[in-house]
Amino acid sequence: MSENILEIRDLVVQFPSPHGHLTVVDHVSLDVGRNEIVCVVGESGSGKSMTMQAAVGLVQAKGGRVRSGSVRFDGRELVGLSTRQLNRIRGNEIGFIFQEPMASLNPAYTVGEQIAEVVRRHRGASHKEAWRRAVTMLDRVGIASPASRAEDYPHQFSGGMRQRVMMAIALACNPKLLIADEPTTALDVTIQARMLELLKELQRDMNMSVLFITHDLGVVAEIADRVVVMYGAQAVEAAPVAELFRTPRHPYTSGLLEAMPQVALARGQPPVAIPGAVAQSYAWPKGCRFNPRCGFTVPGTCTTEPIELLSHGPALVRCARTEAVQPALLHLSAERKAPAA
Amino acid sequence: MSNAIAAALAPPTNPPEAVTLPPPSGFFRRFARNRVALVSLIVLLLIVLTAIFAPVLAPHDPAKSSLRNILKPPSAMYLLGSDDLGRDVLSRLIFASRLSLVASVQALVIAVGIGLPLGLISGYIGGWVDTVIMRFNDALMSFPALILAVVIVGLLGPSLTNAMTAIGLVYAPRIMRVVRGSTLSVREEVYVQAARATGCSDARIIARHVLPNITGPLVVQATVLMGHALLAEAGLSFLGLGVQPPETSWGAMLGTAFPYLAQSPTPTIAAGCIISVTVLCFNLIGDGLRDSVGRARRAGD
Repeated sequence: MSENILEIRDLVVQFPSPHGHLTVVDHVSLDVGRNEIVCVVGESGSGKSMTMQAAVGLVQAKGGRVRSGSVRFDGRELVGLSTRQLNRIRGNEIGFIFQEPMASLNPAYTVGEQIAEVVRRHRGASHKEAWRRAVTMLDRVGIASPASRAEDYPHQFSGGMRQRVMMAIALACNPKLLIADEPTTALDVTIQARMLELLKELQRDMNMSVLFITHDLGVVAEIADRVVVMYGAQAVEAAPVAELFRTPRHPYTSGLLEAMPQVALARGQPPVAIPGAVAQSYAWPKGCRFNPRCGFTVPGTCTTEPIELLSHGPALVRCARTEAVQPALLHLSAERKAPAA
Repeated sequence: MSNAIAAALAPPTNPPEAVTLPPPSGFFRRFARNRVALVSLIVLLLIVLTAIFAPVLAPHDPAKSSLRNILKPPSAMYLLGSDDLGRDVLSRLIFASRLSLVASVQALVIAVGIGLPLGLISGYIGGWVDTVIMRFNDALMSFPALILAVVIVGLLGPSLTNAMTAIGLVYAPRIMRVVRGSTLSVREEVYVQAARATGCSDARIIARHVLPNITGPLVVQATVLMGHALLAEAGLSFLGLGVQPPETSWGAMLGTAFPYLAQSPTPTIAAGCIISVTVLCFNLIGDGLRDSVGRARRAGD
C-alpha cells in the first residue's frame, strides 16, 4: 500500500477548439496523502477543476481527452480504465462534490432516493438498507429530522442544505477520497464556515483524504494540510499550508496573499490586486506564463524557456528567479499574525 | 387599529368563497386553475367513459338496420336521426368512439415508441449519430403528414392498423424533435454530471436522470399529437383508407354520411362535431399542461 491515496503525474488534458487542441492541464503533478486535506488554488481558467475531473475520467464526456500522464488512486492506474471500471470507483471509492448545490440534485427525485441510489448501486444494498443509510447520512451531515427530510424534494432545501445533501451522496459509500470542487463558493459566508467545519469533522471521523478546489485562500487557511497553487494550466507552487502562508516562494502566490482582505488588514494596507488578466489558453506567453503580470520579470530569464517546477526547501516552485525574488515577497511571519486561521 | 385591519381583512360574506386560495404549489393545482383545460379534461373523460360503457349507453344496436327508417331526421326514436341504411346515428357514434380513441392511442404509442428512444439517443449522444438521425427526421418532416400517411397506407393496404401505423410513423419525428431538444438541455445540467461522478452509466443516466426530467414537454407534445392522430384517423377513414366496414369510426361515419348531406345533414354534422370537440379537447388540455409544466420549470430556481 503506497503512502499516497492519489498520485497525479504529468497529467495533460486537451480540448479541441477552433484554435487547435487547447491544453487546459499541462503536466500537472500532485499527491494527496492518506487522511490529508490538499487544497488546489487558482483563479478561473487555471485548470484546477479540469485536473480533478480528468483524474476521475469526467472530461471525456465533455469532449476533452487525457493526452498523457498518470493518475494512481490507491495503487491503481485510473487513466485508460473503461467507463465501466471507472463507474465502479466513482461515487464508491471517490466521492465528488460540485460547485453548484442548487443544480447538482435531480429535481425529479427525493433526496433520500438520490442518496439511496448510490448505496444500492455500489454496495448492492436492498432498498430498505439503502434508505436507512440515506437517513443516517442526512443525520451525519447535520440535517434536522433526517427521516422525514429524506422524503423531501431538492427544491424544498436551501442552498446550504442542498450542499449538505450533496455531501451525504458523496460520502454515502465511505469513499477513501473526496474531491470537492469549490463546494462552498456558492454559499454565503456563515454557511460556508459551517460547511468547512463539517467537512473537517467528517474527514477525521471517516478516515478519508480530501482534495479541495477553491479560489479562496481564506478557505485554504481554514482546512488545508497542503496547498497546490495553479496558474495557466500548470502547478506553480506546492507547499505545506503553514509554509505557503509564511513564506510564499512564487510571486503569484504572494500576489494572491496580498490580495486577501484578511492579510491586508493584518498589514494595515489596502489589498493589492494582481495587475492584468490570465492569458487565453491558446496564447500563453513564452517562458513563465505569469511573466506579463509579474513584478519581478527579467527579460530573457523569464520570457524565453519554459520554467521547470523545482524543489526549493519544503516547497516545489515554478519560478526561474525564486532565489532572488523570494526575500522580496510578502512574509507573513514578519507581520503581526497569520490570516484568520 | 389592529381590529380595523382584522375587520378589513375578514371575509365579508360567505367565508368559503371569499377566502383566497393558497398560492398554487403543485402541478395539479396549477392545471386545475386553468378553467378551459379543466373543462376540456372533463369533456374528454365523459367521451372516454361513453366509449367504455357504449353497450350500456347506446339506445339501439349500432349495426341493426331498418330499411323503413332510412335517413330519418332526429326524433324521439332516433335522437340524431338515422343513416343511409336506417341505423341509429347516436348509437353508431357512441360505438365508433371506441375505435377512434383506440386508434389514436395506437398511433401515439407507435409515435412515442419510435420517437422517444431515437430522440433520447440523438440528444444524449450527439455527434454524427445525432446528425444522421436528425437529417432522416428532417426528411420525414418535410412531407405533409397526411400525404405521407396515404402513401404508407397505399403500400401496406387499407386497414385501421395500417393507417394508425402510418400516422404513428409520420408523427414520430415530432416526438423525436421535442425529446431531443429537451434531452440536449437536460444533458448539460449539473445533476447529470453529478450522476456521472457517482458512477452512473450512460444508460442509467438516460433512464433515471434524463427521462424523468423531460416528461413535461413529452406529455404536452403527446397530448397535442393525440388530437392530431384522431383527426388524421378521421381523414384516412373518410377517404376509405382506415377502418373497414362493418366496423366504424367517426371519420368513417363522416365519410359514409357525406354523400347524403343534402337529404339528411344530421349524421354528417354530428360526426363532424364530435371529431372537432374531441380534437379541441386534446389541444386545450395540451395547452393547459404546457402552461402548468412551464410554470413548474420557472418556479424551480
